[in-house]
Amino acid sequence: MAIEVNGKSYEVDEEGYLANLNEWEPAIAEVMAKEDDCELTDSHWEVINFLREYYEEYQIAPAVRVLTKAIGKKLGPDKGNSKYLYELFPYGPAKQACKYAGLPKPTGCV
Amino acid sequence: MADFETPEIKEYPVIPRLKPDVMSHSKPFVAKEQFQEPLGFPGELVDNWQDKAIEKMGELQGKYRSLQVFLDICVKCGACTDKCHYYLGTTDPKNMPVARQDLFRQVYRRYFTFAGKFFGKLGMPGFVGARELDKEVLDDWYSYFHQCSQCRRCSVYCPYGIDTAEISMAAREVLDAVGVGQKYCNEIIGKVFKIGNNLGLPEPALADTLEGLEEEVKDDTGIDVKYPLDVKGAEVLLVTPSADFFAEPHVDGLIGYGKVFHEAGISWTVSSYASEAANFGMFIGSYENMRRVSMRIREAALELGVKRIIFGECGHAWRVAYSFLNTLAGPFDFLDPRYPVPQHICEFTYDLIQKGALKFDKSANDHRVMTYHDSCNVARASRMGPMPGGQFKIPREIIKATCNHFYDMPADTIHEGTYCCGGGGGLLTDDLMELRVKGAMPRMQALKHVVDNYGVTHMAAICAICKSQFSKVMPYYGFTMDQIVSVHQLVSDAIVMTNNEV
Repeated sequence: MAIEVNGKSYEVDEEGYLANLNEWEPAIAEVMAKEDDCELTDSHWEVINFLREYYEEYQIAPAVRVLTKAIGKKLGPDKGNSKYLYELFPYGPAKQACKYAGLPKPTGCV
Repeated sequence: MADFETPEIKEYPVIPRLKPDVMSHSKPFVAKEQFQEPLGFPGELVDNWQDKAIEKMGELQGKYRSLQVFLDICVKCGACTDKCHYYLGTTDPKNMPVARQDLFRQVYRRYFTFAGKFFGKLGMPGFVGARELDKEVLDDWYSYFHQCSQCRRCSVYCPYGIDTAEISMAAREVLDAVGVGQKYCNEIIGKVFKIGNNLGLPEPALADTLEGLEEEVKDDTGIDVKYPLDVKGAEVLLVTPSADFFAEPHVDGLIGYGKVFHEAGISWTVSSYASEAANFGMFIGSYENMRRVSMRIREAALELGVKRIIFGECGHAWRVAYSFLNTLAGPFDFLDPRYPVPQHICEFTYDLIQKGALKFDKSANDHRVMTYHDSCNVARASRMGPMPGGQFKIPREIIKATCNHFYDMPADTIHEGTYCCGGGGGLLTDDLMELRVKGAMPRMQALKHVVDNYGVTHMAAICAICKSQFSKVMPYYGFTMDQIVSVHQLVSDAIVMTNNEV
């Protein structure tokens, strides 16, 4: 499977997650979001960028409390909670935001 | 969002009208070669798969006498037919436990019984309920043995005690042996072998996450509660589902365990090598993979020199731990024999409550009216504490010790009659969302009963799968995702902290 972004084709897995992390570019996130009827705002990008930075360092997406804390520090305590993140990413911040960020889907009992 | 209809919750439970094959399209993603190989399975459907499958069936019947007996003794009495949450939620007759078993049993009859062989050769195996193993049957297996959460509710009502879970595990093992594995389970088992847990959380991420929890608890309580990692010489090794590090509401339970250890003054640690309680080897019926996952716990316990092993809130992990761990990875003669090997975190907390070692301010949970969901593998495949039924009593006693308001759901939906959350047995994956939502219906119906009659606001559970499943499916039934909580989250919120130094 693959998605088309700016005339270029990128391989994705059965669930639409990017196969090769290194191929990611912002336009891919835009296209994926559009498929979900989601318009990416600066708030979404704050999360996506943090996920990518964290993944770069730890090879895994951040745990929910790590993420809410980081977003809270950056954007204010009223946004440092999972309610805010679910408003941005209704399919779940861990899965939906990871997908847009080009990261693998978190697996397990989550 | 969804291209299926959420079942309607009726005033009373009703046995639905049959809709044949309505769920035949439900199939999880098949594992690619990269996820099959680390587990010792072929990467794709092998050429001589019929022979291989029949050979494997014979091997399993020889190895597991129970399987052979279960295939022989069903008298088609029908007692199980309306007991499966997937049948009640989907109305597909193949989700009746006896029909599910018969998908496997018909092939067993054809190749392993005199009548089946005789009439099979005459070209009329159906005369004796036998069937050739063809691709259609194999596809049916893949679909319907991934619509069984191995919850064992049907076995409670079977007069012979036939356990569909065992047949379902055997079928999945045969499927793996011919190269048709399930992506969700097999990818995850591979991650445990490679990294140490289902999520693939490497040691530095785990350390960073636990450090963050210490800061959070310090901010909340002003007390230095430790969440230690790889500490040699600790008294207790905590083995907990990796979802406890990662997800909500799981993490609030983990915070609770740490507070209990702190108050008890008992040193403990998590191991980065064995940072997973879950053991998906059981779901796929693979003894070898289940053993490999279990051995990591033994190795970590020896390496860290702990005296006790305690399991966190994880349903099927507790079945593996309580029922199988000693033969899988024992003997555990290096642990302190004064304590159960292994011990459940609820046993540990309950014991401290009995001794008066923990203080609670129950009013901290006054905004909650609680009920409790018995997780299937804890309820029907294990026990807890020194008394029969301890697995039902102990979690409830913990809730009652920490909350002022508690009501049980209807009697035929709790204890050994509990309904599965709808996501157990290796089915907690997005590609099975329709099945998960529909399978949750009986539990949601029971929950709605106590919500309507007693004003219940929250349901507690001690299983990572149940917690994730409920937070995902509850909104389909008009509840909110935060109405499911960890039992130790209630402990965490009510416990009165002192400045114990460990």
